[in-house]
Amino acid sequence: MTEPIKAKEPFRFYTRWHLSELLGIKASNLEQLLEHIKGVPGSCIYHHTHRFLQQHQYLSPEPPNDFAYWVREVLGDDELGERLASIDTIQYKTIRSLREKIVETIEKYLKHNPKANLRFAGEDEQFHFIKSVSFIAPTNEAATDLREFAEALRKVTIDSIYFHIFEAHLRLEKGTNDFSNWLDTSLQEKALAEKIAKLDPYTYTLDGLRKTILKIVEKRLAA
Amino acid sequence: MVHINDYIPIVGQSTIDDLKLLAERLKGKVIQHVNSTSVGGGVAEILNRMVPLLGELGVDSRWDLIKGGSQFFDVTKKFHNALHGRPEDITDHDLEIFMETTETNLGLMNTYGDVVFIHDPQPIGLIKKKAGNKWLWRCHIDVSHPHKKVWDFLMSFIPNYDAAVFSSPIFSQRLPIRQYLISPSIDPLSDKNKELPQEVIDAALAKYNIVKDKPIITQISRFDRLKDPSGVIDAYLQVKRYIDCQLILAGGTATDDPEGIQVLAEVQEKAKKDKDIHVLLLPQDDILINALQRASDVIVQKSLKEGFGLTVAEALWKAKPIVASHVGGISLQVKHKFSGLMCHSIEGAAFAIKQLLNNPEYAKKLGENGRQHIKNNFLLTRHLKEYMLLFLSLYHPEDIVYL
Repeated sequence: MTEPIKAKEPFRFYTRWHLSELLGIKASNLEQLLEHIKGVPGSCIYHHTHRFLQQHQYLSPEPPNDFAYWVREVLGDDELGERLASIDTIQYKTIRSLREKIVETIEKYLKHNPKANLRFAGEDEQFHFIKSVSFIAPTNEAATDLREFAEALRKVTIDSIYFHIFEAHLRLEKGTNDFSNWLDTSLQEKALAEKIAKLDPYTYTLDGLRKTILKIVEKRLAA
Repeated sequence: MVHINDYIPIVGQSTIDDLKLLAERLKGKVIQHVNSTSVGGGVAEILNRMVPLLGELGVDSRWDLIKGGSQFFDVTKKFHNALHGRPEDITDHDLEIFMETTETNLGLMNTYGDVVFIHDPQPIGLIKKKAGNKWLWRCHIDVSHPHKKVWDFLMSFIPNYDAAVFSSPIFSQRLPIRQYLISPSIDPLSDKNKELPQEVIDAALAKYNIVKDKPIITQISRFDRLKDPSGVIDAYLQVKRYIDCQLILAGGTATDDPEGIQVLAEVQEKAKKDKDIHVLLLPQDDILINALQRASDVIVQKSLKEGFGLTVAEALWKAKPIVASHVGGISLQVKHKFSGLMCHSIEGAAFAIKQLLNNPEYAKKLGENGRQHIKNNFLLTRHLKEYMLLFLSLYHPEDIVYL
């Protein structure tokens, strides 16, 4: 086993916490849902497409977004629920494009199934729009080589994993994740970076994602 | 005394490290909590633990109480019921009584905090003292269908706050100020939730002459109409036709709840025909509550309205199968058929209890899932984190904050 290459720039692990802000906006049927999805802030679309990742870790990979869950469980519309659930979030580099896809999916469905709009949620089961306020801060963990990287990865919270994978990928409109970016540019670990970038993080629990990335890194370390 | 590092075995070192990181950002700020009671009810319970832990993390956090006489608390109890949507005759005289006590407290209380954190409607009028500091109003009540007169009255104060906090999205209203969603929490190390040896559980049953010779169904709640103890008895009687079981209805009263004694008397009257119904007016003894929950086979929370329903989180933390009403914050804690069973009626509650008693493996699985859900989302450490973020948000209006 050779000594791991030292990076010029250390990888500083950040963490991110979020606070849910209630917008006081609600929807009872598909038309209202659609109208508000078009108008709410991007941080609201982000919240409803990413909340499940953190709150229902043990349910993963079942409910990928709140819109799909509400349409299926509350409005009882299985078909549209499935269409919304199967939107491949990882394909969308920006919240804007993800929002457009959600809007297009609902509009298309309503066009072919106008009666779907006649389903109403009960007063206590309306869809409530919420947005995420994100707080980003550096942690005390940093890595200058692959071994230190693996060590820190074991220690940081799932919030930190979340920040470097999801927040970086989508909300901050970076095309890749922070881990792959650093591994590629600072350690010249192109193949390793690609392997991590190829994972579909939306189909893992956050702890499962940590374990998977660790396994890939450990395999490289042992090579 | 419990210390912040005592939570490491439950939530992990990195979670506690995060709390310390956040607390550093609040150095120099004084957080002043204000409510109306130091004992009884979920708010006092949370503050009793949260204030010292915030202090240990390095956040100067203090807690003050407003003063009020019985007339004032009668009015605020009416407010409470009315905000929960119960028909109440709110008179102008009630509002006058409220304002008189508010004026007295405005004269007595020093609102010295950099952040003044007002809990529930009782001290809401203190906002009149707002100077250059930040003010938060924390609503612990289900205000999804509030009584218009009371809500309009509260709205004469709310817009002057910097932000409001609710426990569930369904309580949110269109407000001219920012409003945040923060669920309350339970403390896994408190007397109410910590692990107990079997002999303590047995002793609790023995104390009230309860023999565990048949399944125990339990509702732990204040004696309050909104908790529907009478409906729980009706549901139990429907179950009893098919399954020999017993019912424990246990709870105390809060110092700001004058109606409790009357409700207790009604429940005792209704229960006296059946020797298997145990109505227990408990002293303030959290270990006893913990023991009764752990001794139970099914825990019920059949509230008609609920701010959040911390008793549900307590039961789930003990991996108990639960039957709970689809109201307030309960729906955030229980995912139907996954971490418990939800009901909308007495008949629905009875059916769910029968399902759980007749299928112990299913009941066990629901309880285990429930415990995991509480661990991930409803422990005190998450609550501490969100409160610190809330305080920070008062100084950062943007959606992405770099600390």
